[in-house]
Amino acid sequence: MTPTDLQRTPLFDTHAASGAKLVDFGGWEMPLHYGSQLNEHHAVRKDAGMFDVSHMCAVDISGSVPKSYLRRLIANNVEKLNVPGKALYSGMLNSAGGVIDDLIVYWRGGDNYRVVVNASTSVKDLAHMNRIAETYEADLSPRRDLAMIAVQGPNAREKVFAVRPEWRAAGEPLGVFFAAEIGDVFLARTGYTGEDGFEITLPSVDSAKLWADLKAAGVAECGLGARDTLRLEAGMNLYGNEMDETVSPLDAGMGWTVDLKTDREFIGRPSLEAKGQSVAFVGLKLLDRGVMRSHMKVVTAQGDGETTSGTFSPTLGFSIALARVPMAVAIGDKVQVDIRGKLVDALVTKPSFVRNGKALV
Amino acid sequence: MNFPAELKYAPSHEWVRTEADGTLTVGISDAAQDMLGDLVFCGDFKVGESLSKGDTAGVVESVKAASDVYMPVDGEITSFNPDLDVAPEKINSDPYGAWIFKVKPTGSVDGLMNAAAYEEVVNAG
Repeated sequence: MTPTDLQRTPLFDTHAASGAKLVDFGGWEMPLHYGSQLNEHHAVRKDAGMFDVSHMCAVDISGSVPKSYLRRLIANNVEKLNVPGKALYSGMLNSAGGVIDDLIVYWRGGDNYRVVVNASTSVKDLAHMNRIAETYEADLSPRRDLAMIAVQGPNAREKVFAVRPEWRAAGEPLGVFFAAEIGDVFLARTGYTGEDGFEITLPSVDSAKLWADLKAAGVAECGLGARDTLRLEAGMNLYGNEMDETVSPLDAGMGWTVDLKTDREFIGRPSLEAKGQSVAFVGLKLLDRGVMRSHMKVVTAQGDGETTSGTFSPTLGFSIALARVPMAVAIGDKVQVDIRGKLVDALVTKPSFVRNGKALV
Repeated sequence: MNFPAELKYAPSHEWVRTEADGTLTVGISDAAQDMLGDLVFCGDFKVGESLSKGDTAGVVESVKAASDVYMPVDGEITSFNPDLDVAPEKINSDPYGAWIFKVKPTGSVDGLMNAAAYEEVVNAG
């Protein structure tokens, strides 16, 4: 793929002007960092940083019975969205119970929903979503006219209100995992960092001005590098690493998003129930020096497992990983990770390492 | 990007300085640290071992990737920079000041590139 084949977000020129190091991320030319990935990481943990996430795809869903459609389409139960503005995280499964994508669905009131899907999976997602929609008279409208900026960190919300005071009235009372609509701006108290903040969806034409105003207010520009270390510290899954179409959500730490309490027949349910959970999804803390990466072998007393993501944790100062290991492995067990031929000791932890600036391991 | 003229360079991005006593001081270039990004680990150097040119001498790891550091010539690794144990990020801030290891060479540095030739390699991507 040559650089000219890559897609660009409405903020591309802004990133280039800021000196971002740009890389191919799933067919999109995106900022990896703006100088130091570590400084960007720390800015989000201690103050406020912002990410261009316009490559993700918002899909508006309407029609006469969109709720019936979503009851079938996703593994979590859309009935949990009992207040307008509420958000729900879910997997969208194939009939074998594998994860086509993970997504967030928002109820916008009435028969209107918005689903936000990953960038690299958006084409296959829409093909699948459209195929299922035929039976439910649901209308899908991908919103490539919108940009998305995630502003994250303990001071993120205040800095957003500082540059857009007119958003405070609707934004300040928002609970975690709720969104408000202010004109054509969709302000959601969600994120992918383990910190407080907003994900702001707005018309593409307005995005560069918001970015510039936030930058002037001291919000650090952050790239995908920091986004990955932050989400991994927070123990959040990355599609393609922790799960894909061959992995059950029950084996990827997503059991809490799979609603088996009601008799709702969502796609993938029969396979999930037949197979059940086959591996434990855990965190690993490296006890010696070195850095765990994805697809490293994990040696345990109960058999081998594999890391799905690994990095050096800038907040904690040691390496952390997410891993699939045999079911009998327990939190607190000592295991070994094969780091390029060398077995290094690691401790099994819950798959979450840092929340709201605080270490959990 | 900085390419000091007094140093020699390997195509695998190590820089080499010949000291007055004939020993070699080795680090990684400004271009190498820029490609790797923020470094978080530097170690596993085989001090006391005699290695051949091109052998793995040790490893540097950034937040995003691990990369081997190679022997620029045949010789014995005589020491590793202890500062890098605790502060590998010094390689990012001062790639030519933060030397990584020292070598008592048995081979010649004549096969290495000068700064201009190395700069061409970097620019060719």
